[in-house]
Amino acid sequence: MTMTSFTPVASAIGGALIGVSAVMLMALTGRIAGVSGIAARLLPPYEDDQFAGRLAFVAGLVAAPVLTLAATGRLPAQTIEAGTVVLVVAGLLVGFGSVWGNGCTSGHGVCGLSRLSVRALVATVTFMATGFATVFIARHWS
Amino acid sequence: MAIVLQFVVGLVFGFGLLLSGMSDPAKVLNFLDLGGIASGNWDPSLAFVMAGAVAVTFVGFRFVLQRSRPLFAERFHLPTKRELDLRIVAGPAIFGVGWGLAGFCPGPALTALGFGSRAAFIFVAAMLTGMWLARFLSRLPSLSRVATQVDPLET
Repeated sequence: MTMTSFTPVASAIGGALIGVSAVMLMALTGRIAGVSGIAARLLPPYEDDQFAGRLAFVAGLVAAPVLTLAATGRLPAQTIEAGTVVLVVAGLLVGFGSVWGNGCTSGHGVCGLSRLSVRALVATVTFMATGFATVFIARHWS
Repeated sequence: MAIVLQFVVGLVFGFGLLLSGMSDPAKVLNFLDLGGIASGNWDPSLAFVMAGAVAVTFVGFRFVLQRSRPLFAERFHLPTKRELDLRIVAGPAIFGVGWGLAGFCPGPALTALGFGSRAAFIFVAAMLTGMWLARFLSRLPSLSRVATQVDPLET
């Protein structure tokens, strides 16, 4: 376990940037900035003609740390403690669950809650609860 | 033009993830660790990410949706589904377990690719496989009878 420090200001400003991005996407394309929906639709079957735009959005996500490194000479902190097996299992669950439940932290947690969607509230409460439970079991169940 | 702007939108999202600390699985897991409150290891920062984001979208969406249409589309594509079915609980429940295991949700996982770590590529490959599987299963006729599903992806 790696200790991290409490960063309320940076986290709130970073969160606001995520919100700005979601509002921009709505203004430009009229769509919800749900990363799981955007990523899942990069794979077939293709139901509309939005592929290039979705790929551009994901390219922007990937480019953010690259440009940060180029501009400042360093990357933000990132510690991934999970081993290969846990990464594969977790990745499968995150991918499957977010699509099965029609959204993830961004689509339900940010966009859905701000639209006062009851489905998004149910989804957000549920994934927070199982997220809390999973970490509790992993770290304190012995 | 629309493509370039969508790249910028993704970039702003990515910078938000980096600045907020969401892109660091250790920080995410320390937020999800309520058992760490007693020992002082709990990091509540990510609640501020959610608050900052929702504050902006709550106001921003209302402002944008007053317009007759988006800049580069004929209409707004907003989720219309209202009913609460098993999937709106089962999907997020499964997602939350995976989130709690590795500390990655879809946005930060994709941004992590830009860090160039092997772990991020493994996670994203598995995540895309899971996404493909969920879309495949939700299209099977036997399952679409159980769940009233038109478009499996509302977001």
